[in-house]
Amino acid sequence: MSDAAPALEIRNLNVYYGDFHAVRDVSLTFPRNKITAIIGPSGCGKSTVLRSINRMNDLIPNVRIEGQVLFEGKNIYDPDVDPVEVRRRIGMVFQKPNPFPKSIYENVAWGVRINGFRGSKAELDALVEEALRGAALWDEVKDKLHQSGLSLSGGQQQRLCIARAIAVRPEIILMDEPASALDPIATLRIEDLMRDLAREYTIIVVTHNMQQAARVSDYTAFFSTDETRTGHLVEFGPTEQIFTNPKDPRTEAYITGRFG
Amino acid sequence: MNAAARFHPNLPARHRRARWGLVLFQSATLFGIVVLMALLYNIVNGAFGLAAVRYRIYPGDLGLDLTTITALPPEQLRGLLAAYLSPGQLRTLEREKPLDQRSADELARLVVERVLRPKVLDTWPLVPSLLHTREIVAEVQQKYPDAEVRWMAWFNQRFLSRPQSSDPIRAGVRTAILGSLWLVGIAALTALPLGVAAAIYLEEYARRDRWFNRLIQTNINNLAGVPSIIYGILGLAIFVRALEPVTSGALFGAVPEGVTANGRTVLSGGLTLGLLVLPIVIINAQEAIRAVPASLREAAYALGATKWQVIWHHVLPNALAGIMTGTILALSRALGETAPLVVVGASTFITFDPTSPFSKFTALPIQIYQWTARPQPVFRNLAAAASIALLVMLFVLNGTAVYIRYRARRSQRW
Repeated sequence: MSDAAPALEIRNLNVYYGDFHAVRDVSLTFPRNKITAIIGPSGCGKSTVLRSINRMNDLIPNVRIEGQVLFEGKNIYDPDVDPVEVRRRIGMVFQKPNPFPKSIYENVAWGVRINGFRGSKAELDALVEEALRGAALWDEVKDKLHQSGLSLSGGQQQRLCIARAIAVRPEIILMDEPASALDPIATLRIEDLMRDLAREYTIIVVTHNMQQAARVSDYTAFFSTDETRTGHLVEFGPTEQIFTNPKDPRTEAYITGRFG
Repeated sequence: MNAAARFHPNLPARHRRARWGLVLFQSATLFGIVVLMALLYNIVNGAFGLAAVRYRIYPGDLGLDLTTITALPPEQLRGLLAAYLSPGQLRTLEREKPLDQRSADELARLVVERVLRPKVLDTWPLVPSLLHTREIVAEVQQKYPDAEVRWMAWFNQRFLSRPQSSDPIRAGVRTAILGSLWLVGIAALTALPLGVAAAIYLEEYARRDRWFNRLIQTNINNLAGVPSIIYGILGLAIFVRALEPVTSGALFGAVPEGVTANGRTVLSGGLTLGLLVLPIVIINAQEAIRAVPASLREAAYALGATKWQVIWHHVLPNALAGIMTGTILALSRALGETAPLVVVGASTFITFDPTSPFSKFTALPIQIYQWTARPQPVFRNLAAAASIALLVMLFVLNGTAVYIRYRARRSQRW
């Protein structure tokens, strides 16, 4: 474990969709500037936990969340916390690339602008360039910034989404299976990018792909479901330990491919 | 036993059934096309054709040609009027507007109306006129020896540019077209903002698990199916009666001369049509808003956008084409509505154009209805010609909707 203060801490998180208990008693600590992978079989609540971290679950009707998500020592579910501010500081990249139907430039600049950016056009240009460079996309798009973001390939679109996310200067980036809709080469580029980004950001990534978790992450959390289909945390530890020497037999069964 | 051996593919019968299905669908389409063609045939057939016209004095007897009559010098036209009208009639005309001050157009119209006085005795539709011209001419000579057989295009430029008149030769639909445009314009200005606002509330804010939101939704769906005459009664009660000071313009002191200060104004009619299309606009706008992918909303929220920023910057721009298309199609329904306008009090005979929201008005469908109800056959030709005008307006509206949709399809891919 890192000695520095954790970037984020989940305490006794329970999530309900109506009567359905989706996630039970999850407690997790995400170390700063590290990549933490969340793995587990389908329906184990990986994405639910991820979306609880930046209050995206608030957008779903009937959802109920108990427990605490401590970000900088403050529970983001406290009534005096504005979810809009939380989402600016904890960015998100989705499974399917979802650029806005706007130009590449606008895709990156929009988030900056709506967050009240007060600066000259030149400063905004610089910010856009920085974000696109940060997402390893600048060289490919610098000559066509005003073409539609949808004209890019899938992998480029996903990197555009990452550029868009980092342009608003978040502290944590959540990634929900960011490479599952991409081909292997584009996947590798995203993984390289994640390693680069981890120098500046704390990254939490949900993935179905165990090789990806093993390749890219520093820590791994393994989730599973019980007989009522409620998801829960089985084991958390450094990635190397989880993949080579899991403590829990269920983790071992999963990573060796015996279920899930 | 091998499972595959238990299949009975029976391919010929399955293909036969598929062929029958195809025949069924093709005949349904064909039927629709035939009905449409019949409709067009019917209208065009009525809007053109031969007519038997009787003049009190034939233009030829005076050495006149009807097509060039307006080119005659005003003195000659004034001379004709002086020669053929009684001194009393001339005095009345002078009192209305001195003859010296009237233009050649006005004078020529007076000559035709007062001196030549054409009267349509009978008309024939286009197809019989083409096929049996000689028989028709013979029939007219026998029945109306003093009448002349003329080709008439009831749908023509003068028909579009002239106000209503009780004389079929001089009747036009300008008043009705302008009335329809005013009505649709007012309906659009009412229904579009209200409808979009309601759709945004229902789609983006209202929680579907609350019973009253579901109740509202159900009622909007039901309102879209309420017969238009009911909306007419509603409009009569609210806009014509209860809000009379507003809809008549009396409250604003804006009652133009010659217009009675009651609520039967183009504003009342337009607002009624606005209410009529409102549920349809809401439903269409809701569908357009729902078609904006959730992934787009999530992307915006995840950047720290507020709900309003998400709606204003992403949901509305991407739903706009759908909203406009739906609204235009709803308005084209309003354009053809007759019943609610009758109830709200559209004038069936009106010769002056609507100039403000507080004008009395008529509309194309009202005009058509009124003409078809007349016993003289010539008014049926006018109704057919007015139908062409109405259909052209509908095609223009729907064409705009198709164009907007085409543009939107080309520019967005999700």
